[in-house]
Amino acid sequence: MDKNAKKNHILRRTVQVLSAMLTNIHISGFFKGKIYIGKSKMLCVPGMNCYSCPGAAGACPIGAMQAVLGSRKYGFSFYVVGFLCLLGVLFGRFICGWLCLFGLIQDLLYKIPVPKITVNKKLDHYLRYLKYVILAVFVLGMPMFLVDQYGISAPYFCKLICPVGTLEGGIPLVLLNKPLRDTIGFLFGWKFFILVLILAASMFIYRPFCKYICPLGAFYSLFNKVSFVRIHMEENSCIHCGKCAKACKMGVDICKEQNDRECIRCGDCVNACPTQTLSMWGIPKKG
Amino acid sequence: MKKANLYVLWNKYAKYFIMVLSLCMICIGVGRGEAEVVLKKAVNICLECIGIG
Repeated sequence: MDKNAKKNHILRRTVQVLSAMLTNIHISGFFKGKIYIGKSKMLCVPGMNCYSCPGAAGACPIGAMQAVLGSRKYGFSFYVVGFLCLLGVLFGRFICGWLCLFGLIQDLLYKIPVPKITVNKKLDHYLRYLKYVILAVFVLGMPMFLVDQYGISAPYFCKLICPVGTLEGGIPLVLLNKPLRDTIGFLFGWKFFILVLILAASMFIYRPFCKYICPLGAFYSLFNKVSFVRIHMEENSCIHCGKCAKACKMGVDICKEQNDRECIRCGDCVNACPTQTLSMWGIPKKG
Repeated sequence: MKKANLYVLWNKYAKYFIMVLSLCMICIGVGRGEAEVVLKKAVNICLECIGIG
């Protein structure tokens, strides 16, 4: 790893850790087994971060979306959709690469020295659409239409799939509260199984949750082509060496499409480029 | 030609348009009281989210 690449790597890791700490700044909650109840929870955080995590100081945007859609009063959430569109157009999937706690956890797990698996190209291509199906069905469709007799619905993605809630909220709260511990049943077991499966897969496959499951990443990906933070390419200086595509762990060929939906702006391609053809934020890399 | 021009224009100004639209949506949402719904949900332990409810 050259000097610039190392610098970028340290910077990204520092931002990821700081972001994780800021979004979970209510440290005392982890000791008391209680969640934060301040007004800052009105605001959504940019990445996946369960609001039932004892440390959470803000609301999870996916949970918030389902909460509003599933309430009796509203059929659509202008507040959360507007918030996500704003973050999407400012950052795109830069949030996945730099600001999401679950992304950081997957990054660290991938560092464990075990043999890495390359998913079959065709299977990988189709699996990438799964996150859009999850967004449409579990986050938007089911909370909107699968309502009870009072017009209220459950947050189906959180309830049936989300491993972040189990990791950040479920496990600490169940460990710290006996009454909660006594009520766990099949659903907790199912969610725990999903969590273990995803964490185990993260050691062999780079960010499987982000690639195939995350509805928040799916939403932000729709803005990658128009977002302010983006990868820039000086086409004249590209020597088509293919080093950028080889460096990309998300499987993006950045020379073909600089703002692919799967690009999380990690900057590995920028660091791998020997001719400084690629740059992030529109600032050329120093030689 | 016209279509190509529109595409270039969209590429250039889409982000500003979406940004303004997003801010308007946030204001509408706050005005409708959606932020209170989010707060109410977020300050109570979400049993479904943690795998109990």
